[in-house]
Amino acid sequence: MTNQENTASDFKPVLEEQELALLRRLTSALAVSGDEQEVREIVREVVSPAADQVETDALGNLLVTKRGKGENLPRVMIAAHMDEVGFMLIRDEGDGIFQFEVVGGIDARQLAGKSVIVGRQHIPGVIGAKAIHLTTPEERKRTLGSEQLRIDLGPGGSSLAKVGDRATFATQLKVAGPSILSKALDDRLGVFNLIQLVLHAPENVDLLAAFTVQEEVGLRGAKVAAYHFDPQIGIALDSTPAHDLPHFDGEENYRYNTHLDGGPAIYLMDGATIADRRLVRWLVESAQAEGIPWQYRQPNKGGTDAGSIHKIRAGVPSVSVSVPQRYLHSAAGLVRMDDCINTLRLVYGALTRLDASILNRQEN
Amino acid sequence: MNNIQQAPAEHLTDLVKLLTETPGPSGAEHRIRAAVIDQISGLADEVRTDALGNLIARKGRKTEGGQRIMISAHIDEIGLMVTHVDENGFARFLMIGGVSPLTCLGGRVLFMNGARGVIGMERLEGNALPTLEKMFIDTGAASAAESAVQVGDVCGFERPFIDLGKRLVAKSMDNRISAVVAIETLRALKESPHEVYFVFSVQEEVGLRGAITAAYGVDPELGLALDVTRTGDTPRSARMDVTLGKGPAIKVRDSSFIADPRVVNWMIREAEAQHIPYQMEVLEAGGTDGRAIQMARAGVPAGCLSLGCRYVHTPSEMIDREDLENAIRLLVGLLSKPVDWL
Repeated sequence: MTNQENTASDFKPVLEEQELALLRRLTSALAVSGDEQEVREIVREVVSPAADQVETDALGNLLVTKRGKGENLPRVMIAAHMDEVGFMLIRDEGDGIFQFEVVGGIDARQLAGKSVIVGRQHIPGVIGAKAIHLTTPEERKRTLGSEQLRIDLGPGGSSLAKVGDRATFATQLKVAGPSILSKALDDRLGVFNLIQLVLHAPENVDLLAAFTVQEEVGLRGAKVAAYHFDPQIGIALDSTPAHDLPHFDGEENYRYNTHLDGGPAIYLMDGATIADRRLVRWLVESAQAEGIPWQYRQPNKGGTDAGSIHKIRAGVPSVSVSVPQRYLHSAAGLVRMDDCINTLRLVYGALTRLDASILNRQEN
Repeated sequence: MNNIQQAPAEHLTDLVKLLTETPGPSGAEHRIRAAVIDQISGLADEVRTDALGNLIARKGRKTEGGQRIMISAHIDEIGLMVTHVDENGFARFLMIGGVSPLTCLGGRVLFMNGARGVIGMERLEGNALPTLEKMFIDTGAASAAESAVQVGDVCGFERPFIDLGKRLVAKSMDNRISAVVAIETLRALKESPHEVYFVFSVQEEVGLRGAITAAYGVDPELGLALDVTRTGDTPRSARMDVTLGKGPAIKVRDSSFIADPRVVNWMIREAEAQHIPYQMEVLEAGGTDGRAIQMARAGVPAGCLSLGCRYVHTPSEMIDREDLENAIRLLVGLLSKPVDWL
């Protein structure tokens, strides 16, 4: 099935001005689970010229088909979720003060003092807390959760937002040397990389690109997207924590999950999926053949869209690849540009080398 | 070890020994699947492996009064996966399925690549039971470079089968003993109006995952899981009204599903007609493939035929020989006659 004329050298991923502008657009969008409209519209605009078919399904997944050249090509579904963790306004207390709840997993210690944007109009606000001048040492030991905190839009704010509106951190993407800092890199990096794959699709596969919704609240969009596509192979592109800072007691850090600069993180097992070993080997062999750095994500909890995809219909062999990221699910995650580029190189390279007979291989 | 050519076991006990001593943690069922294929080749009309690795063996075609029936026995077992090998060669690990720290200490493990190891732990702080994070596998390597295992390598617990006469003990009786029931039923089933799919499912211990896709693929009209269940017959045990030796257990419910009452009564009627001892089972914590079958597509009437098992999820799970024999008799009886109540 491998098309010898279509090698990985045809497409050399980069993160230069034009790409960074797209990534900045994507990360600046507000797309908390259940309201992914902003990201969906950006993706639709960018991929439409290159795609064979673009449709939005009943749950809001953007399902993009890019056929290869030839008949009976492997049907490969690649998923990247458009939604991000954030907040939902749940009660208007007047004067632009709103009670809110957290959507998806955010550590309560990440909340106080953050500036946020609210609703489709990106109304600026802040999650305020009492100033240090007025707090007691006892108070300062306690974590303020979403029940104690409010989103403050200022006087008149109540006319600018309403209960049910989503909010998220207001951080804007910044390039810091070899790194990128931003909110929502989980999973706009995956969305960005999947867009690149649609624009530069290998011709030896039928690429079924699912830009999914509601991943952060339980891999919900991927479930119906996989049912629709009915693929032969499933791949989730996501981001995973890097807890790779040194231990200061001199002991070896054995629970790092991933390391920055280690390259794309290939999954073996998480809380939702045991990765298909044939696909793991395919990715590892592709990385080795193309000279791309890679790492295993430590088997751990958590889940990606692969957790939904592999259980659909009569089963879909699935695997995940993530960009390692420090400070995930906070106002500012940090990734290395090289890890992002190498993730795209790896998946692209692996696709060009894909021979569906790998699924006939026997384990030993 | 992959393509062990094993003659069909002559005695039930040999088959129990063979299947329980073959390693197969969830997601790494290739060897136990090969072992089952060796046992069933020639018995089924059609054998295939699906996308997730479920082994699906069809016997018969539907005739008058017949149904498409899925029998599911999971062939995976609990185990461990390496998460890190430190500079001194100690391997940290994560559990696959429900592994208790209590059963790990001093345990011996066998990796799919043939490496072996023992489980040790860090110095105890206080008297608290150590968590799995405080434990490690010592494979005898003095450094990471020497280690025969790396991140992602999978192992099962290693413990030989023992025949105590009335009772049989092994690791992974959960659920190889049900695979034995399925294989022996497939062997004994001569006349049946049904199209029976014997599914040897994967990844049950991590969330019934194999049975979900197998049930979609088989699209059964009736489903029965075969699994072990806890007992309440040991000193100061948890509340549970199942006793070893009192017959196979007919599940009414567990925490994953409520068995279809028609399926429950179907099993009761057959047991009584054949004078097979049986007991009713209500399992307060635990799930089986029965749930996955019941929820497939537009829904399937489903139940579960269980075998009482002491010390579930330890390396020494104990079952009763007569319960095993009676479960096979009951299942053969169920599948030999038309189902007139659907």
